[in-house]
Amino acid sequence: MAITRAQVEHVARLAHLALTDEELDRFGDQLGAILDAVGKVSELDLTDVEPTSHPLDLANVWREDEPQPSLPREEALANAPETERGFFKVPPALGPEPDL
Amino acid sequence: MIDTLRLTAEDAMGLLERGEVSPRELWDAYRAAIEERDRELHCYLSLADGPNGEGVPIALKDVIGTKGVETTAGSKILKGYVPVYDSTVAARVKEAGLPLLGKTNTDEFAMGSSTENSAFGPSHNPWDPTRVPGGSGGGSAAAVAAGLAPWALGSDTGGSIKQPAALCGIVGLRPTYGTVSRYGIVAFASSLDQVGPTTKTVRDCALLYRVIAGRDPMDSTTAETPPVELPAAEDLKGVRVGVPRELNEAEGIEPGVRQAVERTIELCRALGAEVGETSLPRSVDYGLACYYLIAPAEASSNLARYDGVRYGLRVTNGGYHGMVERTRDEGFGDEPKRRIMLGAYALSAGYYEAFYGQAQKVRTVIADEHRAAFERFDVLISPTSPTVAFPLGAKAQDPLAMYLSDLLTIPSCMAGLPGLNIPCGLSEGLPVGLQLVGPQFAENTLFRVGHALERALEFDYVPERLR
Repeated sequence: MAITRAQVEHVARLAHLALTDEELDRFGDQLGAILDAVGKVSELDLTDVEPTSHPLDLANVWREDEPQPSLPREEALANAPETERGFFKVPPALGPEPDL
Repeated sequence: MIDTLRLTAEDAMGLLERGEVSPRELWDAYRAAIEERDRELHCYLSLADGPNGEGVPIALKDVIGTKGVETTAGSKILKGYVPVYDSTVAARVKEAGLPLLGKTNTDEFAMGSSTENSAFGPSHNPWDPTRVPGGSGGGSAAAVAAGLAPWALGSDTGGSIKQPAALCGIVGLRPTYGTVSRYGIVAFASSLDQVGPTTKTVRDCALLYRVIAGRDPMDSTTAETPPVELPAAEDLKGVRVGVPRELNEAEGIEPGVRQAVERTIELCRALGAEVGETSLPRSVDYGLACYYLIAPAEASSNLARYDGVRYGLRVTNGGYHGMVERTRDEGFGDEPKRRIMLGAYALSAGYYEAFYGQAQKVRTVIADEHRAAFERFDVLISPTSPTVAFPLGAKAQDPLAMYLSDLLTIPSCMAGLPGLNIPCGLSEGLPVGLQLVGPQFAENTLFRVGHALERALEFDYVPERLR
């Protein structure tokens, strides 16, 4: 299954990956080959089969709705690349949105 | 003098209990072995400063979050990340008094079958350092095989415990999905990821599984588990062993691997088991395709958290969006990028039903086929890996060839079933792994069968060149 350069760029944007031209070429070829292999699942007629999203039959796992201890703020921030006054700090997010 | 190559964790426990060796002496013996051999093998990404317990030391795969100890998942994007809390398994190991030796190498985000995808360089197979130890948990497996840890924990999504155990000639258990908490484990594919032991013997495996198994309020996907029984029986009377045709005759199984497994199947009969043929027609044919849609789809979602905001690498590039994209491009290696894109594609509008939705249905088919087989059999037997350890670099440039390494381990993972690898012989001087798969929560059956076979096989787990 061939995957076009435009499709690879689209998927890279969906995945928030700023790929280089060289990467776009290489991954495009590899993704095409992998999609050929995994596309095999469509050979089967599974119209009446229920999908499985999880291997165990677990449902409604509750706990009492009571406050539990949580991470102190300074620990939650301990691994952050940049913080300010007890918050995570990021570069300006407003402005032109990436084209999806 | 402690021979770390030969000493089992159970024997080490005995030495400590009888006071013949102090906890410090035991820990030092492993540290000395690491000093001697890890430069060549590169099993460890980081080493602990000193023993923090009085029990038998342990190594943890570097996807297992350890409070105050760097946890990288083999990725540049997490280099320098020091968890502020313990994963549940790390906490249980600590409560059991098992001091940490260090964190072991892994393919980046546990994505791979050789450790060659580690951002910090591959590990090497102790039986032949020009070959891979398997992956993703190659660091843990090689460390145990080379006497650099008495036992270790790994994680398994599609074969990352069983396959490296097979290639390194030791024991590895992928437990039933939900028996071991995933809280604090670096996530890859959440409906498949399981933590499990890597050990020299089946009894060691049961002992370590006992430490980590059980429901955890911090992971709502965990379940109550039956009490672990230490295996003692040396026969297989009353055990029904199924031989799934497709798992034993798949294309790509090396003749030496097939012969070693066939001999072991004969041994099952000699030990009193009832052996019969069975079939998993679509599980093997479609298992790999199913896995490489579902696991990447879940990975693309799980790895969205690496955005340069809360932890890990940040590469600035204009505003927020540019920062996120540059961080991810520089922080992730090729394999995570491939899988993230494959997953994003399989989940994207127009392809969701044909790929992801269809794969989820195949998953139902795989579970049903296994359920049917377990109506007639207690355990299914096959090779773990189609091949023995392959040379470093042999598959590194061909993702699909690498993916085939997990052809035989993936089907049972899709169904959430437990699988045990035990070494069953040598082919061309390299270990061959035998896979035993049971119904959900049948770990005790796997331990019993594995132990009886281990006793009868008398496989020497010390790599020949180190004896």
